Amino acid sequence: MFLGKVIGNVWATQKYEALKSFKLMFVQPINSNQENIGEPIIAVDTIGAGPGETIFYITASEAVIPLPVDMAPVDASIVGIVDTINQSAI
Amino acid sequence: MFLGKVIGSVWSTKKDENLVGSKLLIVRQVDLEYNDKENFVVAVDSVGAGVGEIVLVATGSSSRQTKITKDKPVDAVIMAIVDKLDISVKGFMEEYKSR
Repeated sequence: MFLGKVIGNVWATQKYEALKSFKLMFVQPINSNQENIGEPIIAVDTIGAGPGETIFYITASEAVIPLPVDMAPVDASIVGIVDTINQSAI
Repeated sequence: MFLGKVIGSVWSTKKDENLVGSKLLIVRQVDLEYNDKENFVVAVDSVGAGVGEIVLVATGSSSRQTKITKDKPVDAVIMAIVDKLDISVKGFMEEYKSR
């Protein structure tokens, strides 16, 4: 699982039929200091996250598991909204 | 998933028999402003995309999770056609352009 920040959403009326009712969100991966790292990706929202929120997401074929469908071509999905990040000095 | 632009199709007569009947498109990865990036993929179309359209491509084993690609040798599938991008976090695009 990775940390990310929702930066917006994607409008797509024509999408794979099993995904009709799901939102597609732009997610900017971040590190634990909330700094942007790498390119934004698109992830399916399974929990109702909104733009500006810090979230965590899963990738690869596991991304289909939280969706209430048998099969869907999804390789990233948002599975939680982050309230706080506690970093302890090592 | 990543954003891409369909730039052409692939015609192939000799291919894995599981791929017979699949529509193969060449997709070039683009950034948030639809500027071309360097990467290309050949992807199976599951939504009826055409040349010039901005699409979303799912890669890896997830791409086998459609009716037309189930249990087939596929690692990239077009799963949505993009109408509009809505980047609503203030200041993000300015930061993105300055990278």
